[in-house]
Amino acid sequence: MSVPEANKNTNTEAWGGFDDNLIQGTGSAVIDMENMDDTSGSSFEDMGEMHQRMREEEVADEAAATEEDTGEDGEFLGMKGIKGQLGRQVADEVWQAGKRQASKAFNLYANIDILRPYFDVEPIQVRNRLIESMIPVRMINFPQKIAGELYGPMMLVFTLVAILLHGMKTSGTVIREGTLMGTAIGTCFGYWMGVSSFIYFLAYLCNAQITMLQMLSLLGYGLFGHCVVLFVTYNVHFHSLFYILWLVIGGLSTLRMVSALISRTVGQTPRLILCGTLAALHMLFLLYLHFAYHKIVEGILDTLEGPNVPPIQRVARDLPEVATSLINGTVKSLGISLLSQ
Amino acid sequence: MAEVDEGNRPMFAGLSDVSISEDIPVEGEITVPVGSPSQDDECSTLDEPVKDTVLRDLKAVGKKFVHVLYPKKSSSLLRDWDLWGPLLLCVTLALMLQGGSEKGKDDLGPQFAEVFVIIWFGSVVITLNSKLLGGTISFFQSLCVLGYCILPLTVAMVVCRLVLLGGSSKVSFIVRLIVVTVSFSWSTFASTAFLADSQPPNRRALVVYPVFLFYFVIGWMILTFSPSP
Repeated sequence: MSVPEANKNTNTEAWGGFDDNLIQGTGSAVIDMENMDDTSGSSFEDMGEMHQRMREEEVADEAAATEEDTGEDGEFLGMKGIKGQLGRQVADEVWQAGKRQASKAFNLYANIDILRPYFDVEPIQVRNRLIESMIPVRMINFPQKIAGELYGPMMLVFTLVAILLHGMKTSGTVIREGTLMGTAIGTCFGYWMGVSSFIYFLAYLCNAQITMLQMLSLLGYGLFGHCVVLFVTYNVHFHSLFYILWLVIGGLSTLRMVSALISRTVGQTPRLILCGTLAALHMLFLLYLHFAYHKIVEGILDTLEGPNVPPIQRVARDLPEVATSLINGTVKSLGISLLSQ
Repeated sequence: MAEVDEGNRPMFAGLSDVSISEDIPVEGEITVPVGSPSQDDECSTLDEPVKDTVLRDLKAVGKKFVHVLYPKKSSSLLRDWDLWGPLLLCVTLALMLQGGSEKGKDDLGPQFAEVFVIIWFGSVVITLNSKLLGGTISFFQSLCVLGYCILPLTVAMVVCRLVLLGGSSKVSFIVRLIVVTVSFSWSTFASTAFLADSQPPNRRALVVYPVFLFYFVIGWMILTFSPSP
């Protein structure tokens, strides 16, 4: 019994080193409790008691494994439960584990790097894709290449929102439940996401080879035609001009999307279903955007609206007419001069 | 037991000569708190009178306003970013754009919440876009720059309000159009001067376009604002 104490005295390590218990071979791997630094929460008597108990056990049982176990148990038993160092360590470890989990989850879900590859474009590519979205491709026997990119579609949707806003303001639309901006954003994003998802679902039913990303990209670029038509017709208010543009530009962009889808579908009926739906939705959306937020043609609404006031109420606004009347006048005079030639 | 220790003795014989053995894994965390001078400043700024804090922050905001009005390529706007300036500008603009333009109970003009949401949501979208395109600027730095560059548009709003006091006519519309166009292009140019440096050179146009759209929408809201009679 005196041997370990003697050894302790020669121990110079601050961390209570490897006690000479191991070296001298008292036959146990017991960690000498009295050299442990963290004594908080456990009284000296407990430690001494534990030490005593351990020594008795060490004498009684000479198996190294048993004494190791006892040694470890003794370490735990020496702390006074939750209030002691053990409790603090456990709490600390739980906190660290929780923090690690949270940061892992955050890095996984809030990581915008997931979207990074879809924004990897050059300006010249965007420009080319914008132009190509108006040019239908004839090849329908082999799958056409559809770029999976999100920058162009997103910018087009925001541009459409801006144009819609302009149209709503100049037409004097009043939205009772909600705001102008909210309506514009909701309409455009709702169309882009909603119709893409719907057509993707139909494509899944009709066994078409197209991914959601490609569908989003295709429909997004198809909105380029809408932007052009609306930009022109919100400022130049000729119905016949609108119908011509609707057919030509709207038709071209629809044909482009439809031919891309046809090239990826097999079978007459699936092709018909898919492309009919897409064409109908796309053209009708342009029609809706034009007429829902169009400048009042005087007299029509007066006859339509009786005493009941519809939720979208059109009230004439005190808006500067200079720009619109200027452009209207210019186009009229141009048309007259062209006709007279 | 004794035989095991006899065998172990040569292994452990030189243990006291080395401080750390490879057999024992040393693990744990060592965090040395870096005592930065700003930490000391923060400790001491808790005790200073409120007036000093407010004045200091206002001076910082004012300095950044000057940077926006004369956009040179300086990095101080990016380095010490803060969101006080954008908040002030946003609230001022939203308050001035309120007050509708119609007789009747229905509010036609953009409400405070609408303008607020447009500005902040738009800034967030542009920031995300520039980060996704490979920008090196951080999230809040970008918000800071975009917010501060609304200053010319706010000035234009004030001018428009003053012009509208003289009644709304063709001349006033043309004046307002010119003012808003100038300030909107100034805003776009100013924010481009700060943001474009953080982008790869061939993608500047991709980043500038949403900024252009954003300020265009705000400029449009200012231009079409007509106060209630």
